[in-house]
Amino acid sequence: MNIELLSQYLVAGITYGTIYAIVAIGFNIIYNATGIINFAQGEFVMLGGMIAISLHTFMPLPAAILAAVLAAMIIGALIEIIFIRWLVSPSVLRMIIITIGISIFIREAALHIWGESVRALPYFTGSEITVFSIGNVHISPQVIWVTGIAAVIVALLTFFFNYTLLGRQMRACSSNRDAARLCGINAKNMVTLSFVLSAGIGALAGCVVSPITYVQYDSGTGLAIKGFTVAILGGLGNSTAAIAAGLVLGTLESFCVMVLPTAFKDVVSISVLLLILFIRPSGIFGSVEASRLKEF
Amino acid sequence: MKAFKFLAVLLFTCMVLAAPALAKDTIKIGAILAVTGPASFLGAPEAKTLEMVVEDINKKGGIKGKKIELIIKDSGASPEKALSFAKQLIEEDKVLAIIGPSTSGETMKIKSVAEEAKAILISCAAAEVIVNPVAKYVFKTPQMDKHAVIKIFEQMKSMKLAKAGVLSSNTGFGKAGKEQLEKLAAEYGIQVVANEVYDKASTDLTAEVTKVKAAGAEAIINWSIEPAQAIVIKNARQLGFKGPIFQSHGFGNIEYVKAAGEAAEGVIFPAGRLLVADTLPESHPQKAVLTKYKKEYEAKYKEEASTFGGHAYDAMIILKAAIEKAGSTDKEAVRNAIENLKGVVGTGGVFTFSAQDHNGLDINAFEMITVKKGKFELLASPAKKEDTTKKK
Repeated sequence: MNIELLSQYLVAGITYGTIYAIVAIGFNIIYNATGIINFAQGEFVMLGGMIAISLHTFMPLPAAILAAVLAAMIIGALIEIIFIRWLVSPSVLRMIIITIGISIFIREAALHIWGESVRALPYFTGSEITVFSIGNVHISPQVIWVTGIAAVIVALLTFFFNYTLLGRQMRACSSNRDAARLCGINAKNMVTLSFVLSAGIGALAGCVVSPITYVQYDSGTGLAIKGFTVAILGGLGNSTAAIAAGLVLGTLESFCVMVLPTAFKDVVSISVLLLILFIRPSGIFGSVEASRLKEF
Repeated sequence: MKAFKFLAVLLFTCMVLAAPALAKDTIKIGAILAVTGPASFLGAPEAKTLEMVVEDINKKGGIKGKKIELIIKDSGASPEKALSFAKQLIEEDKVLAIIGPSTSGETMKIKSVAEEAKAILISCAAAEVIVNPVAKYVFKTPQMDKHAVIKIFEQMKSMKLAKAGVLSSNTGFGKAGKEQLEKLAAEYGIQVVANEVYDKASTDLTAEVTKVKAAGAEAIINWSIEPAQAIVIKNARQLGFKGPIFQSHGFGNIEYVKAAGEAAEGVIFPAGRLLVADTLPESHPQKAVLTKYKKEYEAKYKEEASTFGGHAYDAMIILKAAIEKAGSTDKEAVRNAIENLKGVVGTGGVFTFSAQDHNGLDINAFEMITVKKGKFELLASPAKKEDTTKKK
């Protein structure tokens, strides 16, 4: 086992990890504003990829991605306004079940619009076989794109939630909806905004990962499961932690392949998740005190 | 007493035989296909093909004056759903035959049900276990896994490659292929240096390919039907794997070549001749059938025909030929007729069934195909001579 081979596994792990993490961030935003998990998050990722691919046939790549993100944001807003906004007592359980329903709805709609075939955006730079090589370690430029975009998103979100009025209003709604409303914050608008944001980020994630993972009408579910795992592993609501947790899980899976048959990959990652949930239910980086105050 | 029993049986048989005659004068054919779900690229073209063929047959007056009534059920590649649909089609709809399911796992789930109910089942799935051991009422149209494996190993031998890294997905198809590869490797002097099974929903396989490469594989053989098969080749080329990459006959859909882009160049896989129909010589026995199916399908659905749709096409023409030969729509008579069919030209090859062979195709149904400039192309095959000698 030489150092080059180990680094190659590490690169594979980083690839997995950043894909998981960029999906996980979307979960965190809605959680930050509403305290619920949006189970339709994976479908936003799929929608982003699909819309961008369709648009890319008649417009340049950056424009197609931008348009796809905007379209997903509008869809996110519509979903919130139609299905969630008018709820009189939006209990956590009720909202979760609604989001599961929405995810099935979007998936079936996508099947009717795009059919069952597998699609992908072209690589942002280079092609399928372009790689950066350091010695015998190869890394695809797309992995760097995914990592870079994930980093930018996290930086922007951290700034947004900690230093802008709007971001702090969203966090206030999540901490205590009634108290936030007493302070004059329009809680309903904050929830809509969180859906818009997370749909947009999900769609952007869908665009950057699609050259690596491909998109199919039902590919959102698989990505959402891993993204959800990572979000919990890092501690719900914390996007920086999601990136760290993603890298931990991805690397773990990759090194697991090195020593065990591949079939055990998911067994190991799910075992780790269970272990973390038993020992630290608030996630590796989550605050135990804060999680105690949460409803879910 | 004995005479009474005989009479009762006779009476019962008469009733059973009379029942279809009393019903509407159509031939009911059921189909269980994975139109949606992870195997939708198999089931969707199969369903479209069946609809097209049945419409065509009915337009020309049906089979022996009887119109076909096609009932398609979407199983979503779930064996449990396939099972309940099979029972429904047999018991409620009382179909003459069932075409499908699309995947091997589903077919194995309903094999015994069809056998017990004496319902004709013509599967569109590949695994050899479907027809080996032979079940009286179960047939299949795709070529054998075994023949695909032999084709690949012969090709490897002719390229002087001895070390293979095997990757397969955790589906019925992947498992069946993996078993055949393991079983036949020694016979062809091939050493399997790595043998990895990955999840069918995998999104990146860099680690798996790294492992295979580190094990010293000279060629990679991948056996799956999911998008993962495009991911494998992409990752292999990204990791700087220079050797040839072999795929199973599940690669016969141009979508995968498009998805893998440049990385797909040079991939070698065995498949039916549908993919290279245009380049076949006019004299080839399958030329006419292939070009007709391809042209009609592509004109109707505006997408490229794949070998999978061809499997459903073959199932339908076999059934049609058998009904015509039997001269009736009695299940037993049709079943016997299928077993006696000879030289039926389909998209997958020329079918000749017997009591022992419920697939009807030999190794010559496969052609080695490669990807060149994003298109399928016949591979100049030095292994051709060996095939014909082996057949005898």
